[in-house]
Amino acid sequence: MKNDKDKSSKNAGKGNLSRRGFLRGAGLTTAGTVMLNSSVLAFESQPATGKAFGPDAVTIEMKVNGELKSLIVEPRTTLATALRDHLGLTGTKVVCDRGACSACTVWLDGRPVNSCMTLALDVGSRPVETIEGLAEGNELHPLQEAFIEHDASQCGYCTPGMIMSAAHLLKTNPNPTLQDVKKATRGNLCRCGTYPHVFKATLAAAKKMK
Amino acid sequence: MNRFSWYEAKSVEDALKNANTTLSEELYSPSNEAAFFKSGGIDVLDFLKEGLISPKTIVNVRDIPGMDKIEHEHNEGMTIGANVTLAEIEHHPDVAINFPALQMAVAHAATPQLRNMSTIAGNLAQRTRCWYFRSVDHQCFRKNGDRCFARHSETGQNEGHAIINNGSCVSVHASSIATALLALKASVVIQGGDMKKKVVSIEDFFVSPMQDISRENILGKKDLITEIKVPAPSANTKSFYIKQVARESYDWSLADVAVVAEMKGNTCVDITIALGAAAPTPIRSYEAEKILKGEQLNDMSITKAAEKAMEVARPLSKNGYKIPLFKSIIVRALSELI
Ligand SMILES: Cc1cc2nc3c(=O)[nH]c(=O)nc-3n(C[C@H](O)[C@H](O)[C@H](O)COP(=O)(O)OP(=O)(O)OC[C@H]3O[C@@H](n4cnc5c(N)ncnc54)[C@H](O)[C@@H]3O)c2cc1C
Ligand code: FES
Ligand code: FES
Repeated sequence: MKNDKDKSSKNAGKGNLSRRGFLRGAGLTTAGTVMLNSSVLAFESQPATGKAFGPDAVTIEMKVNGELKSLIVEPRTTLATALRDHLGLTGTKVVCDRGACSACTVWLDGRPVNSCMTLALDVGSRPVETIEGLAEGNELHPLQEAFIEHDASQCGYCTPGMIMSAAHLLKTNPNPTLQDVKKATRGNLCRCGTYPHVFKATLAAAKKMK
Repeated sequence: MNRFSWYEAKSVEDALKNANTTLSEELYSPSNEAAFFKSGGIDVLDFLKEGLISPKTIVNVRDIPGMDKIEHEHNEGMTIGANVTLAEIEHHPDVAINFPALQMAVAHAATPQLRNMSTIAGNLAQRTRCWYFRSVDHQCFRKNGDRCFARHSETGQNEGHAIINNGSCVSVHASSIATALLALKASVVIQGGDMKKKVVSIEDFFVSPMQDISRENILGKKDLITEIKVPAPSANTKSFYIKQVARESYDWSLADVAVVAEMKGNTCVDITIALGAAAPTPIRSYEAEKILKGEQLNDMSITKAAEKAMEVARPLSKNGYKIPLFKSIIVRALSELI
């Protein structure tokens, strides 16, 4: 996980033509073109009371991991898509795309939500925290360290969501029991069956963080 | 998912002015002009992602000011704003103290993530999870089609379907929270397009497929739920809720029951017993209630009530197991009242 993260941030910095970097660039160009038409459209159809947006892309601002980002999204764009394809934050994974596995868990206004079932326009001024925001610079979050130590990740698809659920528990309850950990990660499905390791890692991290 | 516009409603009136249909009406007879409400958006997005529905506009009611409060008055009871999330109900201290059955039902619905997003109004207005209904390849009765796929005795995958009132569509209602609200005699406050307020009991809010196959609740084109009211329990009231699922972590209900009883010692003065995932709507078992009203609650009377509750059951080809399952959770829930 650490390697993957290092690589993608390096690529982003140097404009290296990795697959991810390319997709990111391509995405922005198309969206940018759409935006020119839509800002005019959105303006004209604006009634006196509420506000209408779309169906073409509109520019929104989103606070992600403490930074204010400007992005251009259609009303149908989910938060998961906005994070992954528009902001290049591919740490958040999409697996079921229906709210049933929690792989896509991020924090919205400090609470875990499914980013695949949240529309980007719904975020508004509420802050978003993703797996990328958990580490402090090069220093991993104690829970991330514990996941490595306890071998709590196999294929890794569920891992970012699992960590965001468990990290939220540690933020709100410094002395969790095994039952608390199970409850907090109840929505997170892991097809590789890492559950016992996830539970151990979370309890170990709780101890370390005291 | 089709492209759609987003209307950010600023008030109840504004929302009503800008909606022209319900998700259910659009599903039954599609137009190219649909504009309907979205709150938490979980069920709406599910339909959009499956390609079951292509609205022109989504009217977002999620951020209308004043619709996200829980208020509690000892004599009156509790008023839950339409946009209150399931997580907010789950963690509200007044809910756990006064309405344990509701707290338990909410805490066992969906996942922690979904409870942070789903609203109580959206939960009550969500559609059935019957997999044929949710599949674009199956034009069932509820989508203006000509059959119920689940009913078929050989090919019907009807393990999760109805054992009671299953003469038409055999789906069960998806809200396990409604079971508790029914037992607690809650009501739904609806603001119509004419800005008139209607207060409807939970029992009358849900519509059975025999009454109208195209819908599961009474909400019309311009009907916005503004709040849910749960009346104050009389003194010495106890309540309990049990949801049986296929796995420990989280799942849709196979069978759930809520019981609310006014007790005098071990005598049951008054009682409501509500069943979820038994019929196309959440239902009360009036027959079982009758057996216990004015009687001592003990092993014998409780078992008799559970047997009675299942007398009306007519299982389909693959859901006979629900009968012993219901009997067992009804007995367990009633035992908690003693
Ligand atoms: C994997 C999964 C598991 C789940 N498990 C359970 C469970 O065990 N038990 C359970 O009860 N639920 C369960 N749910 C349902 C979930 O918790 C939500 O309650 C539900 O999906 C809809 O809530 P929402 O706020 O997102 O509604 P939305 O999707 O926004 O709306 C749902 C419907 O209500 C209408 N609507 C919304 N607000 C209003 C209003 N104010 N007035 C009138 N109409 C309105 C919309 O037009 C739409 O038709 C589960 C969902 C998923 C995806
Ligand atoms: S990808 Fe969002 S819940 Fe599965
Ligand atoms: S590690 Fe593979 S799904 Fe969890």
